[in-house]
Amino acid sequence: MSALYVHHMTRTRTITRLVGLSLVLALVAGACGGSGGSDADGGNTGAGGPKLAATTLNGAGSTFAKAFFEASIEGFKKGQPDVTVNYGGGGSGKGRTDLQGGLVDFAGTDGLVKDEDKPKYKGEFIYVPTVAAPITVAYNLSGVKDMTLDGDTLAKIFQREIKSWDDAAIKALNPGASLPARPIVVAHRSDGSGTTEQFTKYLVKAAPSWKLKSGSTVEWPGDTQAGNGNAGVAAIIKAQDGAVGYVDLADANTQQLSKAKLKNKSGKAVEPTLEATTKALEAVTLKDDLTYDSLDSANADAYPIASPTWVMVYKMQSDKAKGEAVKAFLGYMLGAGQAQAEENDYAPLPAAFIAKAKAAVDAIVLPA
Amino acid sequence: MDPVVGPSLERSRSRRADDGFRYLTFTAGLLVLLILGLIAYATTREALPAFRAEGLGFLTSRRWAPNEGSFGALAFVFGTMYVSLIALVFAVPASIGIALFISELAGRRVRRVATFVIDLLAAVPSVVFGLWGVAVLASAAPGFYEAIGEPLAALPGVGRAFGQPYNGKSFVSAGLILALMITPIITSITREVFETTPPGQREAALALGATRWEMIRGTVFPHSRSGVMGAVLLGLGRAMGETIAAALVIGSGTQITAKLFASGDAMAARVANEFGEATGNWRAALVGLGVVLFAMTILVNLAAEAIVSRAERVDP
Repeated sequence: MSALYVHHMTRTRTITRLVGLSLVLALVAGACGGSGGSDADGGNTGAGGPKLAATTLNGAGSTFAKAFFEASIEGFKKGQPDVTVNYGGGGSGKGRTDLQGGLVDFAGTDGLVKDEDKPKYKGEFIYVPTVAAPITVAYNLSGVKDMTLDGDTLAKIFQREIKSWDDAAIKALNPGASLPARPIVVAHRSDGSGTTEQFTKYLVKAAPSWKLKSGSTVEWPGDTQAGNGNAGVAAIIKAQDGAVGYVDLADANTQQLSKAKLKNKSGKAVEPTLEATTKALEAVTLKDDLTYDSLDSANADAYPIASPTWVMVYKMQSDKAKGEAVKAFLGYMLGAGQAQAEENDYAPLPAAFIAKAKAAVDAIVLPA
Repeated sequence: MDPVVGPSLERSRSRRADDGFRYLTFTAGLLVLLILGLIAYATTREALPAFRAEGLGFLTSRRWAPNEGSFGALAFVFGTMYVSLIALVFAVPASIGIALFISELAGRRVRRVATFVIDLLAAVPSVVFGLWGVAVLASAAPGFYEAIGEPLAALPGVGRAFGQPYNGKSFVSAGLILALMITPIITSITREVFETTPPGQREAALALGATRWEMIRGTVFPHSRSGVMGAVLLGLGRAMGETIAAALVIGSGTQITAKLFASGDAMAARVANEFGEATGNWRAALVGLGVVLFAMTILVNLAAEAIVSRAERVDP
């Protein structure tokens, strides 16, 4: 009797199919990439500068910034057709770990490296801020298109202390609205995520009643629901009347979800827009290492959950061709790439940020 | 001279070939053990910081709070077992039914088509089942779950497994998806086991005036009991280790509850969901989940091996 044999055979067959499928996908992806590069029109697309030697840059990390990376890669490729840039996503944590191991040439990250992890890197690294984006509090409550919340109420909702939409705290913030006595369904991320980290950091800063601390995943109450990625959370909200969750602007818009206004530090209720996000950045101080904290910004017109994102690269590049390509790619993201930010639902950086970031990129050292 | 030398030369050459073949296959066999051993060693080493920090609490604590450095895997061990159990409850009767139909009742042509379709189903990548689960099942299920759950919740005892909440992503949703995935495997092995029932025994039963059902009960079942057990345990092994399909539909809740329609989480699913962002002890703890799961699947597979080999020894 060949019970085990049968088991293995079905496995092998599955694997063969998977390999076949991924080959097909790779071919399709290759074909698309090729057509994108063919309409290159020289140096006037902003990727500028002298034509670089053929090389490949690999990056991984932040999924929050992935759409911006993808748009930048496409635009950069038009000016530098010989440079291939890949961005694998995978999460900020993975990006940082991959950079430690030298698996990638740059990492996208929404969070900062902890001091105790710094020795694990192969040398000095720099942060280059690229764009920022609001994290929206999206909800689905039939009959209610306009809602204002503040940090403390948000904390109580996500901690399941407020369980109904007609709770006194929500009523107090929305005097004119007729709020139904519908149970609140809380949706959050199932995967570890920079979005969760920024959202919970905001609650730590802005809400005295928040007890779950911050992190890329926290100890959510058992009677909440989890979705994979921003799209997964948006899908849960879309599907259930009474649901609320935190998602990036792009997914909230794609699913046409209602977005709550949040009361900022100065007490003004602000909608999650790109302008209000850039405003949030204008009030913060950019530290010497180009890190900044734009959550719960002091600017009177700022949206309070403005999430930053950075590219991390080594200051001492070990490969000349790659180093040049890294500088050119970062230069593109800070230059022409900024114009592509808004169409992808990211907020461009204020001019002061751009100047400092460009100086940092210029200071990257190439081998002789 | 020639007739004497010839055969002995031949014999020594063939012996050399035999020995060579034996060593080659022996090395190949050893390689499997070596790889398994290295996997166990490497993962355990990676997980060590978490095991050290948590001690036995890694297995006995139900609190998993990576941002506060607390790693207890109990809720996920429970989730893995619970979901696998649900999967077996649905998959085993269905598989045995299909296998009986194919081996005992179906005509030659139907049998060939059915066998082909079952094998095809086994080759569908798990992510396809998972995507169907999250796109179709999870969004359509809550109303259906409520319709089933509400009346059953009133029952004494088992009622505790039903009732609020009714989440689309839940233990049951994951269990159903896993059941779909393991049914082909269990069916295909069970069918082969049924077909090993000696024709003489079947004919003898029929000759004594047994109906077809009595024949199946009297000869096929007793003959295949341990083979079917082996098939079930192999299915269980796959259900326990399944990652993506479970990650998509189980709901990622960290809780131990008998409520079938509540969100839970399984070990492999948790690893897949959190690995991207994990660093330090968190990463170690996720690898630790892998080690514990590895140990659990080895136990299940050993049990399957033992039961299947007993079935083979019983074969005439």
